[in-house]
Amino acid sequence: MSDERLAVEIRGITKQFPGVLANDHVDLDVRAGEIHALVGENGAGKSTLMNVLYGLVHADSGEILINGKTARIGGPRDAIALGIGMVHQHFMLIPVFTVGENIMLGREPTTAGGIYDSARARREIADLTKRYGLALNADARTGELPVGLQQRVEIVKVLYRGANILILDEPTGVLTPQETTELFVVLRDLVKAGKTIIFISHKLKEVLEISDRITVMRRGKVVGHLITKDTNEQEIATAMVGRAVLLRVDKQPAKPKDVAFKVENLTAMSDAGTQALKGVSFELRQGEILGIAGVEGNGQSELVEVLAGTRRATGGKVWLGDKDVTAYDARGERAAGIAHIPEDRRGAGLVLNYSIAENMILGRQRDAPFAWRHVLLVIDAIRKWATRLMKEFDVRAPNIDVPARSLSGGNQQKIIVAREMASQPRVLLAAQPTRGVDIGAIEFIHRRIVAERDAGAAVLLVSAELDEVRSLSDRIAVFYEGQIVSIEPPEAPEDRLGLLMTGGGRSGH
Amino acid sequence: MTAINQILHLLLTANLWQATLAAAILLLLPALGGVISERSGVVNIAMEGMMLVGAFFAVYADLHLHNPWLATLVAMIAGGLMALVHAVVSIRFRADQIVSGIAINIFAAGLTVFLIGRLYGLQDVGHIGQSDALPTITVPGLSSIPFVGQVFFNQNVVVYVALVVLVLMHVVLFRTKLGLRIRSVGEHPQAADTAGINVFTLRYGAVITSGLLSGLAGAFLAIGVSNTFVPNMTDGRGYIALAAMIFGKWTPFGAFIACIIFGLGEAIYANNSVISASPYLLSMLPYVLTLIVIAGLIGRSIPPAADGLPYVPGSE
Repeated sequence: MSDERLAVEIRGITKQFPGVLANDHVDLDVRAGEIHALVGENGAGKSTLMNVLYGLVHADSGEILINGKTARIGGPRDAIALGIGMVHQHFMLIPVFTVGENIMLGREPTTAGGIYDSARARREIADLTKRYGLALNADARTGELPVGLQQRVEIVKVLYRGANILILDEPTGVLTPQETTELFVVLRDLVKAGKTIIFISHKLKEVLEISDRITVMRRGKVVGHLITKDTNEQEIATAMVGRAVLLRVDKQPAKPKDVAFKVENLTAMSDAGTQALKGVSFELRQGEILGIAGVEGNGQSELVEVLAGTRRATGGKVWLGDKDVTAYDARGERAAGIAHIPEDRRGAGLVLNYSIAENMILGRQRDAPFAWRHVLLVIDAIRKWATRLMKEFDVRAPNIDVPARSLSGGNQQKIIVAREMASQPRVLLAAQPTRGVDIGAIEFIHRRIVAERDAGAAVLLVSAELDEVRSLSDRIAVFYEGQIVSIEPPEAPEDRLGLLMTGGGRSGH
Repeated sequence: MTAINQILHLLLTANLWQATLAAAILLLLPALGGVISERSGVVNIAMEGMMLVGAFFAVYADLHLHNPWLATLVAMIAGGLMALVHAVVSIRFRADQIVSGIAINIFAAGLTVFLIGRLYGLQDVGHIGQSDALPTITVPGLSSIPFVGQVFFNQNVVVYVALVVLVLMHVVLFRTKLGLRIRSVGEHPQAADTAGINVFTLRYGAVITSGLLSGLAGAFLAIGVSNTFVPNMTDGRGYIALAAMIFGKWTPFGAFIACIIFGLGEAIYANNSVISASPYLLSMLPYVLTLIVIAGLIGRSIPPAADGLPYVPGSE
């Protein structure tokens, strides 16, 4: 498949942003017909490099050769003309447009007088989708499609523009495991059809599964070229982070104590008005981690919200010790000792325009020592507190006064983890605690969650990453369609869990 | 009972509907301006000011040139220049578009009063002669159709122009490549940019178009209806146009229907002697209806997703 011919040669690209050297003399060779993975932590410079290649960012120095010829890429238009296409991490799709309109945008077929020719658009899309085996309905409203299909629209859009070199920026970040599997089938077919693919990711398992060769970046520099079949997760992770990383969670067996939290036959509705929880019951003991495994959208989010007091239960009971906390609001739950790491970090976890210090006391702003008589903030105490937590939880930022918005996802998440854990909760609800976070930060957050357990907290962990659930949990509750279908030990094989998550393999059926 | 009978009787007269259409067109032109500007992603509440400046310059030019066509052109250019200010402030300098719009409206009110003082001193601006006014065109043949003839074919020239603009804008926005691109820029400028579409050019074009249309409306009001200029003569029509745009869910024909409803209210008030409702009460009608619509009580009215958001290239 891949040959020695180079589709892309990047030579000495340097890009300085205010305060950051995003790319420092970066070289990258991509062979024609290969899947080349570009890996690195957030802020390593992968996206900048790809934006340079796609013409969205202009490099300060260096050169790019496409198919052996020097290329001047002044904007996306030039990149498209050179056969480069980019599938962005945040889809560049217009939800209210049809699939056809989104694919055609910028290269619309027209009849006389500039009238948009939707019939021809439909034909062109049918041709493309047939050639690459990508089923799509050109007349569907894009915003109503599931994420996996929206990504497919992005891919077809890029193919329609005649791309031979496809850049995929973190394509699996938003996909369910099944959608990821489907995407990989599509990518392999594209390579068979002669396309070259640059695959940006920080999920090592996926990189090992799909790529031919790997380039690793760290702090703006290329730090390693690896051949996929000769390497392993540990080697890539070490190159990415710059030190040996513990990919496995190091923990002692749990020593569960009394039942801290009891959920009985809980029901709740989703935002869409459907029954999200259909009678959920479980017990959570002090000093244990109960992991919730399940395909996203099976009610896990709603469960955490009900327990955190941000969604109303329609039935059932929640007991914290011998107290009925079912109807408590978020403030009440917090006061009762339930901490919550919400899955929507930027929407529910932080006020992005607030400083680190202000975010560190969010939810405790009425209480001593941060407030005097519940009215005036005690700035001095807040600053001391924030400075301490920032150090303890390794939040990397210039100071405690910068807005949370300016930090990377991993550091934002550490603010939330710091705030929630510092309250020494009896129960910790951790929803997707490491989503979109670097390997180094994942390792740190995992260690803190285990430490919290060992200090006696009852931890409920919800994660879309099955590996995370399996490596952290002491027991695993498998969620399917708003119910717990089984409680499994952490050693349960992956395929058994996968089967349960999709509604199969239930004993007694 | 008699009052209701009188109203019903009034609704059957061609006079009323003729006045309704004329009043509606005065609102429709700035409303269409608002539609295209906001479809491209630039919030525009400055139609009032652009229309007022257009009205002033129409009269000023007409008094000098004695040519209503050139005067209308001057009015449109004046409106377009005001829109250009809004465009530069909103697109180039990424300022808050509501604030810019308010500033332009206040500026226009002050500018026109100031210019009257400078140019005409304490005197009136003066009236333009009937032969210098934008003419009413009676379409031969068609205008003698009973009822319909009087309503549709015995109107000011601007009415016909506006109806053509209405159809044209609908076709352009929803049937052409250009329209697809304008809407893409108003929905998701990053997506448009990565597809090789020039976000800035389209936004400038759309905002300036809103100024040209508002200027035309100003000319219609000043040298087609009133034949003079008085301070603040637009009397909130730019704002009612804004309401019509929202009521019409950012579509040309939706806005047109809203303009007809608002225009009918105005015409009924002007043409009747029986309803004792306060004119102030009646003038609240467009805004009350708009509040009902944006509260989502009659189907939801959702603005373009990137409406009011400046575009910064390379941002997420």
